[in-house]
Amino acid sequence: MTTDLDTFRKETRAWLEANCPPEMREPIRTEKDAVWGGRDQSDLTPAQKQWMDAMGSRGWTVPDWPREYGGGGLSAAETKVLREEMAAIRARNPLNSFGISMLGPALLKYGTEAQKKRFLPEIARGEIRWCQGYSEPNAGSDLASLATSAEDKGDHFLVNGQKIWTSYADKADWIFCLVRTDRTNKHNGISFVLFDMRTPGVSTKPILLISGYSPFCETFFDNVKVPKENLVGELNKGWDVAKYLLGHEREMISGMGLGGTGGKNPLVLGALATIGVDHDGKLADPLLRAQIALFEVRAKAFAAQSERFIDELKAGRAHPAQPSMMKYYGTELNKARYELLMSAGGSDELEWESEASNGGREARAWLRTKANSIEGGTSEVQLNIIAKRILELPA
Amino acid sequence: MPLFLNDEQTMLRDTAKDFVAASAPVSHMRALRDANDATGFSRDLWKQFAEMGFTGILIGEDAGGLGLGHVEAGVVLEEIGRNLSPSPFLSTAVAAVEALKGTAQAERWFPGILAGETVAALAIDEGAKHRSTVEMKAERAGNGFRLTGKKQFVTHGHVADLLIVAARTAGSAADEQGVTLFAVPKDAAGLTATPERLADASLAARIAFDGVEVDADAVIGEVDAGRDPLNRLLRAGRTGAAAEMLGVGGGAMDMTVSYLKERKQFGTLIGSFQALQHRAAHLYSEMEVARAAVLKAQQLLDAGDDRAMQAVSVAKAMTGLATTLSVQEGVQMHGGMGMTDAFDIGFYMKRGRVLAEMFGDSNFHADLLATTAGY
Repeated sequence: MTTDLDTFRKETRAWLEANCPPEMREPIRTEKDAVWGGRDQSDLTPAQKQWMDAMGSRGWTVPDWPREYGGGGLSAAETKVLREEMAAIRARNPLNSFGISMLGPALLKYGTEAQKKRFLPEIARGEIRWCQGYSEPNAGSDLASLATSAEDKGDHFLVNGQKIWTSYADKADWIFCLVRTDRTNKHNGISFVLFDMRTPGVSTKPILLISGYSPFCETFFDNVKVPKENLVGELNKGWDVAKYLLGHEREMISGMGLGGTGGKNPLVLGALATIGVDHDGKLADPLLRAQIALFEVRAKAFAAQSERFIDELKAGRAHPAQPSMMKYYGTELNKARYELLMSAGGSDELEWESEASNGGREARAWLRTKANSIEGGTSEVQLNIIAKRILELPA
Repeated sequence: MPLFLNDEQTMLRDTAKDFVAASAPVSHMRALRDANDATGFSRDLWKQFAEMGFTGILIGEDAGGLGLGHVEAGVVLEEIGRNLSPSPFLSTAVAAVEALKGTAQAERWFPGILAGETVAALAIDEGAKHRSTVEMKAERAGNGFRLTGKKQFVTHGHVADLLIVAARTAGSAADEQGVTLFAVPKDAAGLTATPERLADASLAARIAFDGVEVDADAVIGEVDAGRDPLNRLLRAGRTGAAAEMLGVGGGAMDMTVSYLKERKQFGTLIGSFQALQHRAAHLYSEMEVARAAVLKAQQLLDAGDDRAMQAVSVAKAMTGLATTLSVQEGVQMHGGMGMTDAFDIGFYMKRGRVLAEMFGDSNFHADLLATTAGY
């Protein structure tokens, strides 16, 4: 018997086969292989552009968003089929976007009809690249103490202040930004606004990281005029929007702990290449072998927990603070994985720029993971949330 | 199938929770210990387990059982663990039943198990650490076999009506084939069971088989092919022990979190100290991850999925790690009170250690995972 889902699978497979260029079925190797979209698409290869446009035109960059906002209008089951069929031909993600993973869900929940119509289709087609203006030099873990001000000037807000750790701010077209609209109220004095990074008074400065990369920037606002229609949600209620968005961000980051639990364990492959096996066919470093095996226990158990968490989310029975637990465990696990990966690879992985090390890929990734437990709320902040909201320990 | 309990399983859990908490709370275990009880558990309680239908959870409906699965058995085991209830449930209604299932021996032993009259013990370990090697000999003699050798860490071994014994009928210790599983009645001549009290006050026997003669029909399954029923027994026992440990770790965590909310030092509730909050939150995370691993293993076992073996090892290893953390933190956060016999938290530490060792500890299962994965 052929079900609707079978038919959908067949059609999807045929469409992907016809529309996904061969170059887009190769694993991502360097930063340049990841497509971010945006106003300036001159850096994209023809294949990258073709793939992003093809998927965007069908709404399949955001398959489960409503069609009227540029989404694919697919059910959860159809979305799963699409992901499976993409994985089957090893198709790359057509578009990386903070618009998709962060702003979009917040706009769907809190945006006005006009905002949804204006921004969501652009996000789906990868036409605007977004960055997130949350952290400030003195408002990191205590995000709600942020000071960047937005003064009411009638038809617009006048924004002044500084943000930090703004990912790819130097490459972004627009920013979604938390600003203070009431100084007398810490949490209920914050508003959520959107504006163009080309607006006069906006400037950015990259921050070089320990990994040798600069994905983050300092961002400065000097008398930036933001039209009032770009306020998302109610005035002074931006903290609700921010929290909702942070939940999505934490879920996304917690997924990092899941890498490498498949058959070809990169930890084992790395260790086999550098250390080899003993006469019993076991890794010749028994302590490293034991560390890898015990790590695998946790990684596989966490994979089960992720499955359970998603099932509970879908059924509406997950504790609202559970993303904090997922974020905490996933990022700590990911750091442990990379620590072991470096240990398994030995000096091969330490070569910072050599061809053999793919330009120091593992070392840079290892250093990058150290930020996992800092960004999106530090591990300590997540533990505070678990202690107070789940275990209900006293203040 | 979603990775959480369905409505029927949730109802069973609520029933088991109320029943075990009412009939065998920690004070029940303490009373048995204080009385130096020679059996190690209450036969009356075992009868009540049968009346609740619990002893037949894994027995098919055609044989008079409930025909349920490892998820349901685990639900009961978790409550046993949470209340530290001494019970032959794991060895008898879970591991032994799985070994006997589908063999000629089922007919003989299932009625007694269903009635709460029969207790089974597992004579599978030959040393202080759980291993897959089997050295004990079973030689053909007359119409049956003669068993010679030693086993240890046999829970309830001194009072069990039935001993499930793994012995070698061919090959040498490490060989996969050549193992046969036997159902040995307790009154067999030449069998000596010496009960030893363990750290958690439970009793486990050292058993000597001095030419114990059994009939050919004592064989569970096929001669030389005992790995099949033995593996069924081990998968069920390991998953069950993980579920019981989840109860021990969860029970200890609940006690500890409650204590943090009521105990004052320096004029304030100690649960408000961030140093303790972070450790409690970390502990919670480890227990959640362990819970998911156990449920995953149970569901895969019930589905007859090929990935069950690996999931069982993950579950046993992960609960070993998480529960050890839970009982350690439990005693530590209770401070000096945690060191006293009058407080229950120490019992959790002892029971957690026994269950961590049973059917292979975290290192054993991590090693098994690595070996299976080929490194």
